[in-house]
Amino acid sequence: MSVTDTDATQRVESESDAAENPGLSPVVDHSPVSLHSPVPKVVPHRAARPSVDHAERPSRGIRLAKISKTGDRVFRGLATTSGLAIVLLVLFVGIFLLALALPSLRADQDNFLTSRNWTVAGNELRFGIAGLLWTTVLSSILAMAIAVPIAVGVALCLTQYLHKRASGPVSFAVDLLAAVPSIIFGLWGLSVLGPFLAPAAQWLISKIGWIPLFSKSVDPKGSVFVASAVLAIMILPIVTAISRDVFAQTPRDHIEAALALGATRWEVIRTAVLPYGRSGVISASMLGLGRALGETIAVMIILTTPPAGSPFTPSIFAGGETFASKIANNAAEFDSPSKTGAYIAAGLVLFLVTFAVNAMARIIAERGGAKS
Amino acid sequence: MSATTTDAQLSFRRPSGIRTVKNALATVYVTIATVLAVIPLLWVLYTVITKGLRLILSSTWWLQSQRGITPRREGGGAYHAIVGTVEMALICAAIAVPLGIMGAILLIEYGKGTKVARGVSFMVDILSGVPSIVAALFIYALFITVLGLGRSAIAVSLALVLLMLPVVLRSTEEMLKLVPQELREASYALGVPKWKTILRVVIPTAFGGIMTGVMLGLARVMGETAPLLILVSYAVGINFSPTSDTMGALPTMINTGRDQAPQLPGYERVWAAALTLIIIVMLLNLLARAIARATKLKEK
Repeated sequence: MSVTDTDATQRVESESDAAENPGLSPVVDHSPVSLHSPVPKVVPHRAARPSVDHAERPSRGIRLAKISKTGDRVFRGLATTSGLAIVLLVLFVGIFLLALALPSLRADQDNFLTSRNWTVAGNELRFGIAGLLWTTVLSSILAMAIAVPIAVGVALCLTQYLHKRASGPVSFAVDLLAAVPSIIFGLWGLSVLGPFLAPAAQWLISKIGWIPLFSKSVDPKGSVFVASAVLAIMILPIVTAISRDVFAQTPRDHIEAALALGATRWEVIRTAVLPYGRSGVISASMLGLGRALGETIAVMIILTTPPAGSPFTPSIFAGGETFASKIANNAAEFDSPSKTGAYIAAGLVLFLVTFAVNAMARIIAERGGAKS
Repeated sequence: MSATTTDAQLSFRRPSGIRTVKNALATVYVTIATVLAVIPLLWVLYTVITKGLRLILSSTWWLQSQRGITPRREGGGAYHAIVGTVEMALICAAIAVPLGIMGAILLIEYGKGTKVARGVSFMVDILSGVPSIVAALFIYALFITVLGLGRSAIAVSLALVLLMLPVVLRSTEEMLKLVPQELREASYALGVPKWKTILRVVIPTAFGGIMTGVMLGLARVMGETAPLLILVSYAVGINFSPTSDTMGALPTMINTGRDQAPQLPGYERVWAAALTLIIIVMLLNLLARAIARATKLKEK
């Protein structure tokens, strides 16, 4: 600060000198810039400064007390311990599940990935996850297919169509939907939504029943179809909330540029809002999918468990069991380690699948740049 | 005259034909989507209220348990289940809240940008995606299979910690980020050590937001059913001891009674329990919102 200041004054002085005496010879100009300029005053001041500082400090009475580091060390240690506890907790989840599942997996007589059997009582273990995986993935993807278009519509309506005063209550209603406990969705889905959707299911079966996915099944009550509809309602809030936040961040310039080109409201959305929010919406859908995959109690209540040994039906109008509902349904029977191990193996697969889906969601969100 | 020339040069025409139709269709679509999204909440609330309201209006519902009451009999209440639900949630909060807040402090105040912080953050991401049934299985594996302890309400609380922790930690983290850096610097300039600054300046400033996260976390764990199914047996009587292997809870009360014939009095109690649970969870959510609104920190 002081250095540049003096430099500047020096330069100004010499320039003004030159301006005032254009006739002066270069020799004079070069030599003591100084005699009548303020520079000589500045230089001794700078030189003397440190000593002045030393002399002044104590007399003014500013004293910096020594800050004890102990408290900080303790607090920092506490924070780090909490962090490490969290890390260990998650690692333990994986390790413990794997450790308890391995003996049962080794004793498994069937192929764990391709078998549809589930015989875990007694000495001979025959179990596989093919059936569970199919129902879990089918119901979750169907739920996502129902929920995402609606959620995107709602998010667009909230951010691009409604006035702030009107969008508040709608947002609130959708957010509150996330607060409803899943067991209540299950109860409601089985006793209210299921019967309500039955005619629609009948209609679909009569029209496109020739496609295996929509074929008529023995028991359409408590079907994957109803479970997916309920799952769709359950993941709607999270997908809507993230999409809404991403759409709301669309740069004002992009929207105004589109408007200036004469775009209609839909064209603004298509050319500015949707491209900007695309990665966010995909990431939100994946997070919703992760939720749907792991949802337990609502699915358990709604889905009818097919009798053991019944043939495989790919239809969405059949019953079935997901990983989570299978484990929860049989929670009372965890008596022998080998039996429990089989269920824990199923839980481990569920953990891995949801982990993969969630990780993908985060990667997409980070690549896309638009943050929720 | 001048108007027509501008018109010709710039062609300020209304969007024609197909574009108008598309625009109208889009408007219709988002409207339908919004209506569809609001219906389920109202429908669920309507169903639960009409089926459960009669019972919860009587005082016995809030003061008595289900001991000695069969599905064919009228009467009894949900006191045992409310006690269980609240007790397990509070034990869970007692562990999850300090851990979550300290974790967030590590992420924002001490270890910002370090490897430790990134590792913790990654693990919290994983934790927030863990299905409740997997959390329950983990506690089952740790507590019951490995340590040889029996089922208990405490085990449920520990499983719920895994579900509540990411909610508390993330909301606290967001709030700490919003605390202005100037406040911290002002405190340091007065010679206050960092830990005291965090305790006396940063946390109080972010307190409202942290409480919001705690309330939302509580609301989430109170509605969880999967850990209850695996880690504790349902009790119809009042039980305050968290170490005993049976304890009532609202979700398991619903789950135990749901298979009854709809004309039995026991079935009505299922819906009343559902309504009670919804009331508790909604109150927590509204409280969280009220706190958030009252103590809002402005985004930068």
